[in-house]
Amino acid sequence: MAVIEVQDLVVRYGARTAVAGVSFEAHASRVLGLLGPNGAGKTTTVETLEGYRQPAAGRVAVLGMDPVADRRALAPRIGVMLQQGGVYARMSPRQALRLFAGYYREPEDPESLLERLALVDAARTPWRHLSGGERQRLSLALALVGKPTVAFLDEPTAGVDPAGRLAIRQVVRDLADGGACVVLTTHELDEAQHLADNLVIVDQGRVIAQGSPSELMAGVGGGSIRFGAPPHLDVASLSATLGAAVVEDSPGEYTVSTSPTPQAVATLTSWLAQRSLPLADLRAGRGTLEDVFLQLTGTPGTGQAGGAAVQGGRSRGRRSAGHRSERSEGAGRRRTGSRR
Amino acid sequence: MRAYLAQARAEIRLTLTQGESLLVTLGIPLILLVGLDVAHIVPTGTRREITFLAPGILSLAIMATGLVSLAIATAFERNYGVLKRLGATPLGRPALLAAKTSSIAVVEIIQTAVILLVGTALGWHPLGHVAEAAAAIVLGTVAFSGIGLFLAGALKAEVVLGLSNALYLVMLMLGGMAFPISRLPGALHAVAVLLPASALSQALVHSLGTGGAVPLSAWAVLVIWAVGAPALAVSTFSWE
Repeated sequence: MAVIEVQDLVVRYGARTAVAGVSFEAHASRVLGLLGPNGAGKTTTVETLEGYRQPAAGRVAVLGMDPVADRRALAPRIGVMLQQGGVYARMSPRQALRLFAGYYREPEDPESLLERLALVDAARTPWRHLSGGERQRLSLALALVGKPTVAFLDEPTAGVDPAGRLAIRQVVRDLADGGACVVLTTHELDEAQHLADNLVIVDQGRVIAQGSPSELMAGVGGGSIRFGAPPHLDVASLSATLGAAVVEDSPGEYTVSTSPTPQAVATLTSWLAQRSLPLADLRAGRGTLEDVFLQLTGTPGTGQAGGAAVQGGRSRGRRSAGHRSERSEGAGRRRTGSRR
Repeated sequence: MRAYLAQARAEIRLTLTQGESLLVTLGIPLILLVGLDVAHIVPTGTRREITFLAPGILSLAIMATGLVSLAIATAFERNYGVLKRLGATPLGRPALLAAKTSSIAVVEIIQTAVILLVGTALGWHPLGHVAEAAAAIVLGTVAFSGIGLFLAGALKAEVVLGLSNALYLVMLMLGGMAFPISRLPGALHAVAVLLPASALSQALVHSLGTGGAVPLSAWAVLVIWAVGAPALAVSTFSWE
């Protein structure tokens, strides 16, 4: 049975609809990632599950209970990491963890949490003097101190340095391996790929795709080879040699519409070699989450949001609309509108 | 109970280690008590100044606890998302309120003890109408905490910081705490008698200082504020 059920959830702030019909399930021992650009409705969805928001329509259930009406029964079993703040400005990590441990019947040992989240050196520093990464790790520790059955982590790795990210990933993994159901949000594709077992991609308050990262990635790039090379290549000649259409998506970025077989790749590279042309990069086979994301959100109107969502990643040319739908159909995943 | 105890300990520690808070709840009242007594500038007529000053300053201290210290601390807790975060823990609002009340009680016990001590050292002989004084302190605390929480739950932390300190000054001048409100000009006097500050100071000056029955009007004003202010706070309080 699903630990979390969200069905056709709609949440409004006055006239603005932040979540416009979201459905998904999350399970024990699994990490579910809500992935989407800023303003996609991720935080609103999670805060509804935490009991902070009342749905305008639809249904949410956590451990079979209503997050608002059954708040008192749920509180001991959930762990919450807010997107920011949540800690007394003058409290040190050790004091805050000891205080929060006092709220629960059988809490985690504060000292072991300080160690696992690399907060021992900062254990006596008041919250307001902690770095962004230390604050995030403390916030995560506070979400875990009650040994939650369900953990909601809003942007757990935002503003955290690489070492901190590794610590957080490990802690999240351990949490799920220990049987907890973890729901986290992120707008960073790399984090989503590393942290989550299942992804729900949201944009403008709607689910646009869901599945495991590998399922989602298998759905893109399967029928093509993409490569970077000098701009304005003779694509007609290359097409003839490969026996497949070659399109220059943007200056220096090319897509070959053919199965990414070793033969095709060899033909492509030898064509470049004969002309002494450099190869900037080459991607064949399954795509990256970035491809999935751009393909799903990189259309006029949502393109800006999609662009914001891949910050830190390389920017790639947008696929054409025709290309987009053709691939989406091949992906075999649930899309907006095709609700059960 | 477990959660309440943990929270009460934390609230008390936070309050007693907050410098600015101690300044308004203890520092300024003591400076005024000693300073005004030594300077002999309080127009109390023929009575000894300390007889009026000590209970007046005690009411100033009580007021500061709810109106300034509680308001600012709560406003910043709201600002930093602490109240929101606590909402997702098993602590619960009743236990949170109980913990804050405990912290206020501890501060007020310290304030009362210190002012009694310093006042006595300055020659004050407090009267023994303890029950009346205690009732006035409880009502005043509820009223000022209500006002403080109303500000904290509705306004930005920075605004609360400025406004509660401003109200503290206004009430100090109009509240019969540093000098009797009978010295205020007519229009100001009419406003002053309706303030919880003057009602509290009147009740304490009568029950601990000069003697004589606490006027019914003072009790009425205290009760109205003690009911109205928390009700307003409850109906407007936003936790985020």
